[in-house]
Amino acid sequence: MTLSTEPFVVNIGPQHPSTHGVFRMRVMLDGERIIDADMVVGYLHRSLEKLAEERTYTQNIPFTDRMDYLSAMSNNLGYCMAVEKLAGIRVPERAEYLRVIMAELQRVANHSMAIGTFINDCGAWQTPLMYMLAEREKILDLFEMTCGARLTCNYMRIGGVAFDIPDEFLPAANALLADLPGKIEGYERLLMENEILIARARGCGVIPRDLAINSSLSGPMLRGSGVAWDLRKADPYSVYDRMQFGVPVGENGDAYDRFLVRMEEMKQSTGIVRQALGDLPRGPSKVDVPLSIRPPIGEAYARVEAPKGELGYYVISDGGTAPYRFHVRAPSFINLSVLKEMVVGLTVADAIVAFGSIDIVLGEVDR
Amino acid sequence: MGLTLTAWYDLRDLGNPVNALLGWIGQWGPAWLVYIIAGAIGAAAIGAFLGFTMLGLIWIERRVIGRLQIRLGPNRVGPFGLLQPVADALKLMQKEALRPAGADKLLFLLPPVLIFIPVVLTFGVIPFGSAMTVANLNVGVLYIISIGSAAPILVFIAGWSSNNKYSLLGAMRVIAMAISYEIPMVLALLGTVLYAGTMNLNGIVGWQRAHGTLLILLQPLAAIIYFISASAELNRTPVDIAEAESELGAGYHTEYSGMRFGLFYAVELANGLAVSGILATLFLGGWWLYGLDRWIPNWLIFLSKMFLAYMLLVWTRGTLPRLRIDQLLAFAWKFLLPLALANIFLVGLEVLIWQQSGASAGLLFPIFGVANWVLAVALVVGYSKTYASRGLRRRTIRVVYDLGAQKPVELIGPS
Repeated sequence: MTLSTEPFVVNIGPQHPSTHGVFRMRVMLDGERIIDADMVVGYLHRSLEKLAEERTYTQNIPFTDRMDYLSAMSNNLGYCMAVEKLAGIRVPERAEYLRVIMAELQRVANHSMAIGTFINDCGAWQTPLMYMLAEREKILDLFEMTCGARLTCNYMRIGGVAFDIPDEFLPAANALLADLPGKIEGYERLLMENEILIARARGCGVIPRDLAINSSLSGPMLRGSGVAWDLRKADPYSVYDRMQFGVPVGENGDAYDRFLVRMEEMKQSTGIVRQALGDLPRGPSKVDVPLSIRPPIGEAYARVEAPKGELGYYVISDGGTAPYRFHVRAPSFINLSVLKEMVVGLTVADAIVAFGSIDIVLGEVDR
Repeated sequence: MGLTLTAWYDLRDLGNPVNALLGWIGQWGPAWLVYIIAGAIGAAAIGAFLGFTMLGLIWIERRVIGRLQIRLGPNRVGPFGLLQPVADALKLMQKEALRPAGADKLLFLLPPVLIFIPVVLTFGVIPFGSAMTVANLNVGVLYIISIGSAAPILVFIAGWSSNNKYSLLGAMRVIAMAISYEIPMVLALLGTVLYAGTMNLNGIVGWQRAHGTLLILLQPLAAIIYFISASAELNRTPVDIAEAESELGAGYHTEYSGMRFGLFYAVELANGLAVSGILATLFLGGWWLYGLDRWIPNWLIFLSKMFLAYMLLVWTRGTLPRLRIDQLLAFAWKFLLPLALANIFLVGLEVLIWQQSGASAGLLFPIFGVANWVLAVALVVGYSKTYASRGLRRRTIRVVYDLGAQKPVELIGPS
């Protein structure tokens, strides 16, 4: 006697404790195995790209904060680089170094949150998350010291950075850098050899190398699959060509490799911040740029290695004070295009773990 | 079982005043009256104990897990947040208890109420002190196991009647896990019964007292297996896949709100306490601790052992990530079951040697204890090495310092 079974459709999200925001995934289940997956995004769409066409270039900088709201500094950096390319503005040395410092600190903060929430998805009841957020809090304190905000920093300006660092910044940053590598080593020791984490994340959500390249993945997802590609080395911007750092590259393309890549990136970023703080030149932190700048007619695409991947800004100017077109190449959105290939064949529990290892932020996916 | 009761005011054993009262009633009243009053006192005692303790357990859980996560835990409501459970209970009581439209009318309402029954019944046989057992059953261990098996049925009813796919998934997982983990649990408890020669819980404590040994010293493997299997039966992290918050919303109790959810939550904690109580009784010596019960009331000793075991449960909950359902089932059948069978084999051999050789326990038990501990460590470590693969732990990343001459990648092959 054969049992007849029927697949049924389950909605994961939009309200769900671990979809990292309002994200909806419709999966067709056969028992516990997923046989088809479909994603529905747009729950956080705020039409930022259209709104940006009505505001001046400087007024759009706070918009970029709110796209990937967990790594505001990198967003600001990409946008300001794009407009500076358009307008042909050269940024002073000190400002470049400050930008690099802030971007790399942001990377550490973002990865702490990403790893913490990933292990939360694996089920560890927020304990590692709390530990990693403790480090993030100290970095956010540094940000608050500099620009007044912890999350939506609005720190970079077209032509430099908004404020120079205050006097308390250097001692606080040096104190943080002194014990950050030790703390990251501690987290590695706590998490890396955990049998349950390995059992959950090894072999989960595998993305083969060719699929990663063909789907335009970037960031830790691409590097976890074995492709050695990092914009800071392949297409250097700002002063990254003067910094010595390594880029971790994984092997299997599963969730565990991406987790290892993010851990290692945190360590490398602390090295970069230390070098940049050591070489910080004197000088102005901003060139004088008119408040409503009118770049010449043209288009520019600037990309940065955001913590989530390649974040690109495509800005078209028609000579006015507001951009004619402002488009963001959001890494989270593009990284989500492999969701179906990654998730089909896994169980629901594994799908959540694999999805958590992509590290998306809905603000960026939906804009 | 060989209890010597002292004067009625000797509160080192609360059975003293109760038995004095019952004796006094027995002098002038009929026997059935004594019986009923004894039952009533026992039931009221269990009810009061559970009531107060559950409030305390909520506080312990939230505060201790908070401290494990380097944060404070509740500290606003009352000093050190001690009134937080009261606030939680009030909040749950005033919530609207929804019932989903498609849910089965009767079956939806039953589980929160009925799921209390196995827990309370389990507490009925646990000896809180030398004369403080509500029901001194001769088949205590068997009774505990069989009553405990009734709980998953109610969980399944809850999951199925909710008319919710998530709940159904959670309920199925619970059934699979409950069946799988029953067997190692029973085999682990069987080890203690083999040594003590009786299934009566008071008798097992008396055996440990008579031979001056805690059963955990003689059988660490059984204790470990029982701890893991029982926490799997309870659906606690790291094995709480059935109510995995980060995956299914809340599993089988997703659709329950208000005090119905409160009852599920309270029962989960009370069940944890029952398991800790059984662990304390069977493995840690119950109310006896090497003669300490001459100065410290024996029910205090028992309560501290019970809460110590409960702290272990809270500790593992706050620390470990959770396993997937098929990994859990594989763990039960392929890892715990062979270990439990090996344990039974060892225990049987040792009891045989002990009884056939007629040698004194003082000579044999230390040898058995050391041998058992060494074998336990060897078996667990050795078996887990073959069970889990070493190769998976390799740090599979390399750090590239120079990307080499790379042009921006082009598409590889047809897409």
